[in-house]
Amino acid sequence: MTIADFTSLLVWLPFGAAIAIWVLPLSRYATGSLAVLVSLLEVGLWIQQAAHFDFSHGGIQFEQRARWIGDLGVSYHVGEYGFSLWLVGLTVVAMAAAIGYGFWVGRERPRAYFGLMLFLTGATVGVFVAQDLLLFYAFFEAMLIPLYVLVGVWGGAGRLGATVKFVIYTMAGSLLMLASLIVYGLQAGTFDLVDGPTSVSRWVFLGFMFAFVIKAPLFPFHGWLPDAYREAPPEVTAVLSGVIAKAGVYGMLRIAIAKFPEPTSYYRTLMLALGAAALVYGSVLAFRSTSFRGVVAYSSLAQSGLIAIGLFSGTNLGYDGAVLQMIAHGLVSTVLFLIAGTVERRTTTDEFALLGGMAKGRPALATLLLTVGVISLAVPGSAAFAGEFLILAGAFQRAWWWAAIGAAAMVLAAMYMLRLISAVLHEARGSTVGDEALDLRPGELALVVPLVGVLLALSVWPAGISHNSFGGDQPTQSVEAQFK
Amino acid sequence: MINTPSVDWFSISTILVLLGASFVALLGAVLVPESARRTFATAVSVLGFVGGLVTSVWLYVDSADGHRVVSDAFYRDRWTALSQVIVCGIGLATSLVASEQVALPRDEHISEFFSLLLASAAGMTFFVGSANLMVMFLALEWFSIALYVMCAIDYDVEGSLEAGLKYLVIGSFGSASLLFGSALVYGATGHLGFAEIASAVGSRGLSGDAMLVLGLAMIIAGLGFKSSSAPFHMWTPDVYEGAPTTVTAFMAAATKVAAFALAFRVLRTAFPQEEHLWSWAFAGIAVASLAIGNLAALVQRNVKRMLAYSSISHAGFLLIGLSAGSALGGRALMYYLVVYAAMAFGSFAVLAARERELGVPVTLENLAGFGWERPFLGVAMWFFLFGFAGLPLGGGFVAKFYVLSAAYRHGWTWLVIVGVIATLVSLYYYLAVVRSMYMRPSEELRVAPVAGGSPAREPLLHVAVGLALAVSVGSLFAVEPLIHLAKHATSSLPF
Repeated sequence: MTIADFTSLLVWLPFGAAIAIWVLPLSRYATGSLAVLVSLLEVGLWIQQAAHFDFSHGGIQFEQRARWIGDLGVSYHVGEYGFSLWLVGLTVVAMAAAIGYGFWVGRERPRAYFGLMLFLTGATVGVFVAQDLLLFYAFFEAMLIPLYVLVGVWGGAGRLGATVKFVIYTMAGSLLMLASLIVYGLQAGTFDLVDGPTSVSRWVFLGFMFAFVIKAPLFPFHGWLPDAYREAPPEVTAVLSGVIAKAGVYGMLRIAIAKFPEPTSYYRTLMLALGAAALVYGSVLAFRSTSFRGVVAYSSLAQSGLIAIGLFSGTNLGYDGAVLQMIAHGLVSTVLFLIAGTVERRTTTDEFALLGGMAKGRPALATLLLTVGVISLAVPGSAAFAGEFLILAGAFQRAWWWAAIGAAAMVLAAMYMLRLISAVLHEARGSTVGDEALDLRPGELALVVPLVGVLLALSVWPAGISHNSFGGDQPTQSVEAQFK
Repeated sequence: MINTPSVDWFSISTILVLLGASFVALLGAVLVPESARRTFATAVSVLGFVGGLVTSVWLYVDSADGHRVVSDAFYRDRWTALSQVIVCGIGLATSLVASEQVALPRDEHISEFFSLLLASAAGMTFFVGSANLMVMFLALEWFSIALYVMCAIDYDVEGSLEAGLKYLVIGSFGSASLLFGSALVYGATGHLGFAEIASAVGSRGLSGDAMLVLGLAMIIAGLGFKSSSAPFHMWTPDVYEGAPTTVTAFMAAATKVAAFALAFRVLRTAFPQEEHLWSWAFAGIAVASLAIGNLAALVQRNVKRMLAYSSISHAGFLLIGLSAGSALGGRALMYYLVVYAAMAFGSFAVLAARERELGVPVTLENLAGFGWERPFLGVAMWFFLFGFAGLPLGGGFVAKFYVLSAAYRHGWTWLVIVGVIATLVSLYYYLAVVRSMYMRPSEELRVAPVAGGSPAREPLLHVAVGLALAVSVGSLFAVEPLIHLAKHATSSLPF
């Protein structure tokens, strides 16, 4: 087995494990252990790939092809670019943490639950490695299937409404993408993303973008977000905002921008405006939100907007910053939602009015939340700062006012994040915070600390990602050249 | 002295095997003691369908050069053979389910039921190969009459008799339309054979002739009744709901295969000059079916009825492939039929199990918690429903992609958009079923799950559902081989 086979293995191992878990009558403990083991194995496979990845030149690596639907030009084609490698890494790490969390809290109906989480892992990795449009679409849709059940079965009281909204919203976008990809693929004669030509069709571009702005989401297509993020189990919300939402922005980069250069520049102002609107509106809503999850949820909306600004600025710095920010924010929001979950387990609520004063006697919780919070509000020196700075610098090259809007939103980010930290950790002790609410337990620390460690490492060396996403210092050239 | 035609017996061997099994099953009603009758009839039926599968696969392999046999009345080609394979597969699965579900609790009429099942499948395998208007009508009546009786077989069950009667009356209307249309076409061209009609129209410049077009329209209407396409769908929800669920499963899957396979052949072979007319007609019917099927399904609480409307909407998708009229459309149609037949059969079979367990019609309410009580059937249903909705949990996704691609190749981007919107609407009601199966535990709704004791063990039903599941999921991965089969089948039609 060569290192290129690992690409397919990364996709299909979790699916296989999911089927094994559904079929084998294992005990609760064995099921959870198997799932955690498989998710760690995924991380190991990814490290192995990253170690063998040649960052010095761009282009696709670890490619695999097979026939799938020959007469329409559809093939099974997977492979990784620099930035897809990072996104796959984010996926396997975040999913391992989420699966570990599910094991730690002992979710009901473990076989169904862990099977679905592994299914979700496979589908999400598939999105980031697929190099064929139909394959991409299949994985993009396949993510929805486990999510629907995960939210609908293990979610909170309002889960049924939240799932319907979530699925209908995202499918509306995806199905337009299906129409678009049929038009693109049949015109081009191939659905292959690497071999396929660029297109000038604005309608087709809009069809794709519609799917991506809903998934990301950007204002005003975020209607599904508050309900879904509030009702889903915390670890599912963590992957939803940390990883799944990144599939939307990844699609913008890999498909919309790479395959539609002319429509991209035609609609550039519109997309930048949507990004800016999401950034400002999300930040304001996050500041106004009265719950832990609410703040993080709306800040995810804001961050998606920021990443979109970076991508659609169309500059070297913007692309580099966008990829770095995808990873940094993915990790930040995964950790924050997991911590939100641990807080909810101790207090039964995430409402600020009922929380407060949790720092006293809970040093681990306080330290970790503070660290992540500070990274998230883009304090200079943090990974998020590096990402945001690059994005703003890129946007500045496009036009100064986009950078001005972005910078204003960073102030808002500091406001809502500090408000969150003080509302949970400090202030008067909340009515639901009892003495029996313990500090983070070893199991929880084992999930959160590694993620925070990765974030700190990224803060020390953000160039590890921003310099190694497009195989060189000239991503705009890469985006135009290497996808041809 | 009558001149008898020379008969290529092998070309009709599938039909003969099924008919033979039908006679044996019927004899069983008289000769086999009542205690062994169910086992005997099931065995005969299973053997009959396996035999049918073998001969039709053999015919597929051995009929690379498509030609007509028996005085040019029947096509021996791969299009016929592949359709026969699908019908026999459905019949085999139906036999397994029927053995545990039909004519309970008494064993009355069980042999007759299997005899009718085999006879109707024989009729369908005859129908898909018919080469002239007379044979087509004969075969249509043959399998329809068997189906009318099968619908009414549980005559002490409320609705079964009514379903049979309703199907008889409206089905006869459809047959009459088909017959009258055939007569008009014969009047216009002087020929009954499909190929002769086309050459007569071509040589005598009859294209656009009023009588011919009216005849074609009536034939389309007649086939529309059989394939339950809107606006000829009125019988579908009532009959699907009233008929024993096993019969519904068979009808939903097999009748569609027969009707669409034949429709594509008739149009391509007999009316190629009128393509500009029938492709628009079918596009219109497709849109109507998608709209009516999906919108009506949204408001159903009875799951069987909902799936009946869903089958109308899938007729709409099949019609998109049909209306494209191209070789790509033909491949799309065949692929869609394989996948759809598996999913439709499987979903009705699961409903049959739930219905038996509850003793009342299955609604969204009393489906609550089913997925957790019967994990295998629940997961299978989950796959079928997501497959219906076109999510990539099985071939349903590729099938939709294929028919929409065929429509786009035909130059009909608008039809792609319609298909996409219809899929979005359909998602709502398919997910509603998943929601009630998994997300509302039955304790929450206080529905007694089982009327006394644990659910019946139904090994054969599980096998049948497992087969359907294997086909519907496997078709996602084995697209290439399936399309290969469909391509060879399609190449036996004139383009």
